[in-house]
Amino acid sequence: MGTVITPAHSSPVTGSQLLPSPTPIRFLDERGNPVDEHQGYQEPDLGLVVEAWRRMVVGRRLDTQCSALTRQGRLAVYPSSRGQEACQVGTVLALGPDDWLFPTYRDTMAILSRGVEAHEALGLLQGTRHCGYDPQKVKVAPQCTPLATHALHAAGLSYACGRLGEPTVALALVGDGATSEGDFHEALNFAAVFRAPTVFLVQNNRYAISVPLARQTAAPTLAHKGIGYGVASEQVDGNDVLAVLAVVQAGVARARAGEGPSLIEAHTYRLEPHTNSDDASRYRDEAEVEAWRQRDPILRLEAWLRRQGALDDTRAKAVAEEAEEAAASLRAALSEPAAPDPLALFDHVYAEPTAPLLRQRAWLEAKMASLSEP
Amino acid sequence: MPTYTMAQALNRALRDAMEADQKVVVFGEDVGALGGVFRVTDGLAASLGEDRCFDTPLAEAGIVGFAVGMAMRGFRPVVEMQFDAFAYPAFEQVTSHVAKLRNRTAGALSLPLVIRIPYGGGIGAVEHHGDSSEAYYAHTPGLRVVTPGTVADAYSLLRASIECPDPVVFLEPKRRYWARAELELGPGQGEPLGRAAIRRPGRHATVIAYGPMVATAMEAAEAGAEDGWELEVVDLRSLSPLDIETVCASVRRTGRAVVVQEAPTFCGYGAEVAAQVAESCFHYLEAPVARVGGLDIPYPPPALEHHHLPDADRILDAVAGLQWEDAR
Ligand SMILES: Cc1ncc(C[n+]2csc(CCOP(=O)(O)OP(=O)(O)O)c2C)c(N)n1
Ligand SMILES: [Mg+2]
Repeated sequence: MGTVITPAHSSPVTGSQLLPSPTPIRFLDERGNPVDEHQGYQEPDLGLVVEAWRRMVVGRRLDTQCSALTRQGRLAVYPSSRGQEACQVGTVLALGPDDWLFPTYRDTMAILSRGVEAHEALGLLQGTRHCGYDPQKVKVAPQCTPLATHALHAAGLSYACGRLGEPTVALALVGDGATSEGDFHEALNFAAVFRAPTVFLVQNNRYAISVPLARQTAAPTLAHKGIGYGVASEQVDGNDVLAVLAVVQAGVARARAGEGPSLIEAHTYRLEPHTNSDDASRYRDEAEVEAWRQRDPILRLEAWLRRQGALDDTRAKAVAEEAEEAAASLRAALSEPAAPDPLALFDHVYAEPTAPLLRQRAWLEAKMASLSEP
Repeated sequence: MPTYTMAQALNRALRDAMEADQKVVVFGEDVGALGGVFRVTDGLAASLGEDRCFDTPLAEAGIVGFAVGMAMRGFRPVVEMQFDAFAYPAFEQVTSHVAKLRNRTAGALSLPLVIRIPYGGGIGAVEHHGDSSEAYYAHTPGLRVVTPGTVADAYSLLRASIECPDPVVFLEPKRRYWARAELELGPGQGEPLGRAAIRRPGRHATVIAYGPMVATAMEAAEAGAEDGWELEVVDLRSLSPLDIETVCASVRRTGRAVVVQEAPTFCGYGAEVAAQVAESCFHYLEAPVARVGGLDIPYPPPALEHHHLPDADRILDAVAGLQWEDAR
């Protein structure tokens, strides 16, 4: 320790090795038929795929529940990730328990899939806390709203882990729109220069609120952005969880082996509006949404699993029931109007509240006491 | 008479300015088909053309820097930052270039551009959607900082900002976007930039407010009247430059002053107003100038924001504390 680690490229990489596959990696077509478009990536273990399916089914039910809870005022806002289940779940399943996830506001399903309790995962969107879980405990950074800013944090954290001799990988989830922000580019560059074990996964859901992908980039794909920074890149069908698992696992393995960061573009689609308060009819046709419904990540997976003999009606029914129970306990967890302690507002501005903050705290306490007097 | 919300008045100002001058262009995130997340640019792209109002890649530094370049060749860009805290990536462009280009080039280059920023809290939004960032801009020489408190001003101040040869940071109090007023809007309603307005006359104390707090100050004056307080409300409208003459004329009449801001109180804009009032009206003051502001904490989660935000009661408490017992 104490010495600065100089990143050294063990073997020179050529540009073409960094370029993504010309077409998105996929194992399954839209109907769940196997296709030979996976360019040598290993098909993930069937048990893992079944587990992914289970989490996707439960995740979608919770997502629907969250949207419903906004209508009842139990959540301040909810950015749905319906349609992006394969990305949200596949990514998390490719991580080890000590790896870190750096999610955005869009990625509640990924956080839930990571095992964070629903009432903790929803602290931000409930409007009661900025972050409802303990990031150190669950190895999930706070959900990030200022776009792409957290990509640098993922690079820095994974670099720090390397310096400490820890085999940790950090994975940052980024939207297609966020790839236009300067911080995204700085993160790729930093990660590459310091050979940080970072995986950047872009969920290209085709829109940044109302703005279509064509307004974000003139590049052939978003994955092409990696080469300019010396970052190995790949593109994947983000609605095929087999492909997401295979490609993210490869990126994680690469990072863990000290081979540096990677950039993965997952092609997907957000089936719901940007959030519950968005009006998507202003910027996209129902026909387009319908076309993407036909490429549903869960339906294609179920079709394939059934053909593999890994899924039958009994199992499907059991998981549907599990999903209902998860939704019921989410409703229960959020059934009470949230009432956080106002005096806690002063607790964590600094390590210790400063004298001016203690005065403001006393003022608020007195004010609340006077208001509660009969 | 027609009624307008503040968002509609801003929309009308943009439309009228774009119709009056082909060099006025509007761009930013989601300002095209969507019409902005608050619908301030609603219909502009459809009716005036996609070269007049357009979406850009999602990058605030890019938006402002691009606007600088366009303004250097004679366009009058009016750009939108989607929310207060999402303008921070553009901070370097704003402070190092927008604010300084005229000065650095000894006047050879001027930047008639407007940066519109919805700001402030009170809409129940999650973190990064409720910042009061006015002090950062007002502290930067070379920027004009304007913030309307009424629907009528939203129109006239935005028109004047677009016509201004200096760069203007135009701060829109987002929680007042839905405030309604009956009024006629249109050309000729220009209001010179840099003048405060007396919103309500009163002789006991002056309440100085701006942006989202103007309505709150009016509410306090209304409530105070029931208890016999006659409060004069001054709406600053322009934060930079500050119309200290109008403020001090009022304070000299009333002898007491409360400055209200939504931002954290420490080092806030209200501190500047309080200092200037003390410097200019010392012998007229019956009590030290009081400040009412937000708590000195990061903007809280929405479930707690009402504890942070000043309300009419907090203003009246401050008025009550202006050493009336010592009144001459
Ligand atoms: C720096 C910054 N600018 C603007 C915003 C406002 N905003 C929130 S989400 C969003 C669109 C993001 O699109 P994308 O990156 O594609 O992610 P998606 O929402 O589609 O998952 C915008 C513009 C923000 N959060 N941060
Ligand atoms: Mg997107």
